[in-house]
Amino acid sequence: MDRCLFDFALRMGDTTLILSQRLSAWCGHGPILEEDLALTNTALDLLGQARLWLTLAGEAEGAGRDEDQLAYLRDAHDFRNALLVERPNGDYADTMARQFFFDAWHYFLLERLVKSSEPRVAAIAEKSVKEAAYHARRSADIVVRLGDGTDESHERMQAAVDRVWPYTGELFVDDDVDAEAARRGIACTLAELRAPWLAQVQAVLEEATLTVPREDLAGHPAYRGGRQGRHSEALGPLLAEMQFLQRAYPGATW
Amino acid sequence: MDDKHWPLWEVFIRGQHGLAHKHVGSLHAPDAEMALMNARDVYTRRNEGTSIWVVRATDIVASDPDDKQALFDPARGKVYRHPTFFPMPDEVKHM
Repeated sequence: MDRCLFDFALRMGDTTLILSQRLSAWCGHGPILEEDLALTNTALDLLGQARLWLTLAGEAEGAGRDEDQLAYLRDAHDFRNALLVERPNGDYADTMARQFFFDAWHYFLLERLVKSSEPRVAAIAEKSVKEAAYHARRSADIVVRLGDGTDESHERMQAAVDRVWPYTGELFVDDDVDAEAARRGIACTLAELRAPWLAQVQAVLEEATLTVPREDLAGHPAYRGGRQGRHSEALGPLLAEMQFLQRAYPGATW
Repeated sequence: MDDKHWPLWEVFIRGQHGLAHKHVGSLHAPDAEMALMNARDVYTRRNEGTSIWVVRATDIVASDPDDKQALFDPARGKVYRHPTFFPMPDEVKHM
């Protein structure tokens, strides 16, 4: 078993899986038909990526678990997603703030993973980075439109940015797994993503006439732990819904 | 959503192997930039396209159905105008 590769792939897989699940809940509820389709497309892109990462995690683990078992038969404390992506959808601004912060981080990370020393990681990143580039463009565009829109949309976008902001800190904190993955060339350190991410986020929020929250507000340890399995109260109900079928009818296929 | 802020756009896509843009449908969007992004999400999910055009529906002038005879009938009796009897070599595609 390659413990480091397993943990790394699991974190990538869980983070994309959980965000995909959150976005799927908008299906049929988007503010407008075209936006509904775009959100659902993003959810599907992320689900496709999650499947690749979880399959790789299963291979690295070498215990015979496949993507389905990893997705449907683990409890909250075994999930390794960043806390940001398990935040509830809230209103549309909340969803787009979460998406925008995630997309920028995701894009810069994948851009580096394309050069991974682990060929399977590089291959998944190669495929995913094109999708992430588009996601990032779209979510930034929506944030600008809502921030620089009406008084109400500006206010709500700012409130959403402020609400989601504390959860962005975790995206740049390395632990032992990250350090080893970086040492082996599987991934980069998360810390080195912070500068490009911040520059991008600041530029977009400025264009959106929004105030960038204070950096130290994203540094509180209370808003960390997801990548080590310590989650917020938001994840349990999400998993209960997502895993219901496999829990009720183990091994069900159709 | 209303037609003032979210006007209708017609979408034309040039396929992977196509030489011309084909009309594929329409959508609502507040401006051209978003119409393009929406077109990508609504109409090109299966690698259909290499190029997208969006045009405001109000910018399209269509022929009147009542003019059909005046516009299209005269050509019908003039077989020599229709190049239907030239055998085309297989190598020439998209004609």
